[in-house]
Amino acid sequence: MEGVLGILERLDRRWVFLAMALAVAGPILVMGITRKTLPETPTDASRAVFQAVQSLPRGSTVLLSFDFDPGSAGELEPMGVSMARQCALRGHKMVFISLWPLGGQMIDQTIKKVLRADFPQLQDGVDYVNLGFQAGNEQVMRVVLTDFKRAFPTTKSGRATADLPILSGIQRVGDFALLAEVSAGYPGSKEWVQYVVSASGGKLPMVSGCTGVQTPQLYPYFPGQIRGLLGAIKGAAEYESLINTWVLDPASAAEMASAGADSGVAAAIPPKYLEAQRRMGPQLGAHLLMVVLILLGNVVYLAQRRSQRRAAA
Amino acid sequence: MRGYRAAYRMVRGRSITSAVARMMLPLLAACVVVTLSHRPASAHPQEVAAAVSTEAAAAVGASTASLFTPGKLPLAVAIVLTSGCIIAWMLQARAGAPMYLRRIPALDAVTNAVGRSTEMGRPVLFIAGIQDMDNIQTVAGITVLSHVAKTTAEYDATIEVPTSRSLVMEAAREAVRGSYQAAGRFDAYNADAIRYITDEQFGFVASVSGEMVREKPAACFYMGCFFAESLILAETGNSIGAIQIAGTAESSQLPFFVAACDYTLIGEEFMAASAYLSGAPDQIGSLKGQDAAKVIVATLILLGVFLATIAALNLPQSEAVSRVLESLKGALGS
Amino acid sequence: MMRIVALAIASVAGLVMLLSPFFPAMESVGAQSSEIFNVIAAIAFILGAGSLVKVNLSRVGRRDTGWGYALVTLLCFAITLVVGLGKIGVPPNPQFAATPWAGEKDAAGSAFAWIYEFILTPITSTMFALLAFYVASAAFRAFRAKNREAILLLGTAFIVLLGRTFAGVWLTGGFPEWASGLRLENLSMFIMQVFNTAGNRAIIIGIALGVTATSLRILLGIDRSWMGAGGGSA
Repeated sequence: MEGVLGILERLDRRWVFLAMALAVAGPILVMGITRKTLPETPTDASRAVFQAVQSLPRGSTVLLSFDFDPGSAGELEPMGVSMARQCALRGHKMVFISLWPLGGQMIDQTIKKVLRADFPQLQDGVDYVNLGFQAGNEQVMRVVLTDFKRAFPTTKSGRATADLPILSGIQRVGDFALLAEVSAGYPGSKEWVQYVVSASGGKLPMVSGCTGVQTPQLYPYFPGQIRGLLGAIKGAAEYESLINTWVLDPASAAEMASAGADSGVAAAIPPKYLEAQRRMGPQLGAHLLMVVLILLGNVVYLAQRRSQRRAAA
Repeated sequence: MRGYRAAYRMVRGRSITSAVARMMLPLLAACVVVTLSHRPASAHPQEVAAAVSTEAAAAVGASTASLFTPGKLPLAVAIVLTSGCIIAWMLQARAGAPMYLRRIPALDAVTNAVGRSTEMGRPVLFIAGIQDMDNIQTVAGITVLSHVAKTTAEYDATIEVPTSRSLVMEAAREAVRGSYQAAGRFDAYNADAIRYITDEQFGFVASVSGEMVREKPAACFYMGCFFAESLILAETGNSIGAIQIAGTAESSQLPFFVAACDYTLIGEEFMAASAYLSGAPDQIGSLKGQDAAKVIVATLILLGVFLATIAALNLPQSEAVSRVLESLKGALGS
Repeated sequence: MMRIVALAIASVAGLVMLLSPFFPAMESVGAQSSEIFNVIAAIAFILGAGSLVKVNLSRVGRRDTGWGYALVTLLCFAITLVVGLGKIGVPPNPQFAATPWAGEKDAAGSAFAWIYEFILTPITSTMFALLAFYVASAAFRAFRAKNREAILLLGTAFIVLLGRTFAGVWLTGGFPEWASGLRLENLSMFIMQVFNTAGNRAIIIGIALGVTATSLRILLGIDRSWMGAGGGSA
């Protein structure tokens, strides 16, 4: 074929890569300069995650499992940060664990970014604790069903969990008020549902954040076994916007003050709590490019079919 | 030494299946003895006889329940039913009943793909997923590897098997060595062609992609459990012009393989691959048994949908049907 | 004889794992079997590391194509091993100040943490980011409206692609309340929650049955091709 259609037919895929780079880099630059984010309309699945944490009585102990590594941190770290932030704002106690080898470092980063930076009054071992990574995948899940401290005998820094005030009322995983899990693959949300939530007879509520490719797999479990679901960076952006809306609401200021949060936080949202919403700009650019590419590909295909029919005739 | 001789006498001259069954019987017996001997102290017979009360009756009930986890009964029934279907069809197939199996284009293409590699003088690349041997998809991938390796040995092509787990490397070496031996080409077997790269997902795919671009295998097989690296592998294979056959039970990665590979085994087709390639009657029979179990599941789903629809409508029977559904849900533990 | 022993171990271990969730008395046996697997996998690490060193050393020695990458692999392997095992740069653990090497290998300020933060994290993030480029080229090449099902698939893809971004809100946000179900973001959710869930459930059920059949064939020793194609069937 000649002309534009011929160019498209023989297009080197590196031009497609360049177009994708521009589609992603453009919004990043624009949003970085203008400091604006796109408005988010939260869906029921994200609202359910927000409500699950809000509805817990103050001071509840929440288990946060960060089952991801740096490769998927772009999509999942904002979810983990938001979950830790909402729990801290609500005055909940947080127990962090991970079933991925590099997940322990992701927890460290979140604790440093959120808890130590904005909630310095929270004490390690009393208000939050990092139990780090434990090898064994589903086996760890089977053990925590009956004896949580046997599965995690020490914290990441080597302290015995038997002596920790935060775990004083925790014998098994069912004693937690909520399981908030961020999952990049295996082991992840599906395994937690199969081995822990189902085995607990639905008594342990669970909310989950996962990557985009995993979301279709987890929708069958929502809203039954998984009470709330954050799917991909879109879900993270919706959840972030719900928390930010709540934080900026003057009616919430008193509640947050009692949790020890700096009331200055309510005046403006720090950039670190806008990461997911910022990443929706590049996502928009990339999705629009995908739509254009699919349309162009089909134009080429239809043109090829027509020329083949003409040649056959 | 005596124990070894006794064990040898037990299995000598018997078929593999019956030998394994005979060795399993003592273990089963031990399990039963351990289970029956597990009684709480309060359920002593004399105490029960002396104190006939609701508390003692509850203690006896509790001791009976502790032999078996009652909440798992529906799961146990499902396993027995499914296994029964599969074993029944296996026995039928062994008895000579004809079994029709539809063609699976991806598996028919294995021989062509290996032949292409031989003609072009380029290697065959086989990746058995990125999970360990405790994942059934990896085991299924290794079983397919053994068949592909046998074809490779017969066609005098070279096979490269980079692995992401050390145990998988060892299992793959055993499988490929056995296949080369069976094909009578043990001299062509090269253990270093099956090598460990790294456990780190993206480190593994970076290494394999680099090798694909440099060595340009003519045929690429992706058979196992994959995650985000599936598209990187498939696109790289596409860019070097290789024929690609993929198979996985990881539903999140199926769209990427379907889009980028020439042939894809979807879910249970991948699980059936080993049986399909072997052609053995009892293995084909197990596939039929699997289909029978699927018919039972589909029937139960239709029944459940029918009952739920009746319960949702404002019919005279709706309340009774709702009660039945609730009790079923409770029994199934949902 | 070795094949019979391998079969017996596979069958017995599989049966134990199958029965352990149902009988409380056997739960600990099941747990121990999993721990035994972890120990074996850890020991196999040594074999894997040995293979890595051997293969890459021979590539460097023979100056095969890409031998430079093999050299980089060996150097990175050695450096990370020494840094991790030697706990280089690890600050002392305040709880056990008198005990040397009591700090965590990846404590803040350690060389291992530096490697993780400035080498591993950017590299793995970069590899993950490659997916965006590859999915674009796959979409341009492969998503063609060849038949009715493909057209349906493309239509669904457009709805979900636009519905998951601000573009969907911008395009159909003005729809009246009675037609709110047709807004792209709501349509996208409907597709995910109804059609996608139904399809995924069917695939999950099929896979579960396939896994059962495969496991049964292996446990009963009928499919022995995992030992090599010469194993055949019973």
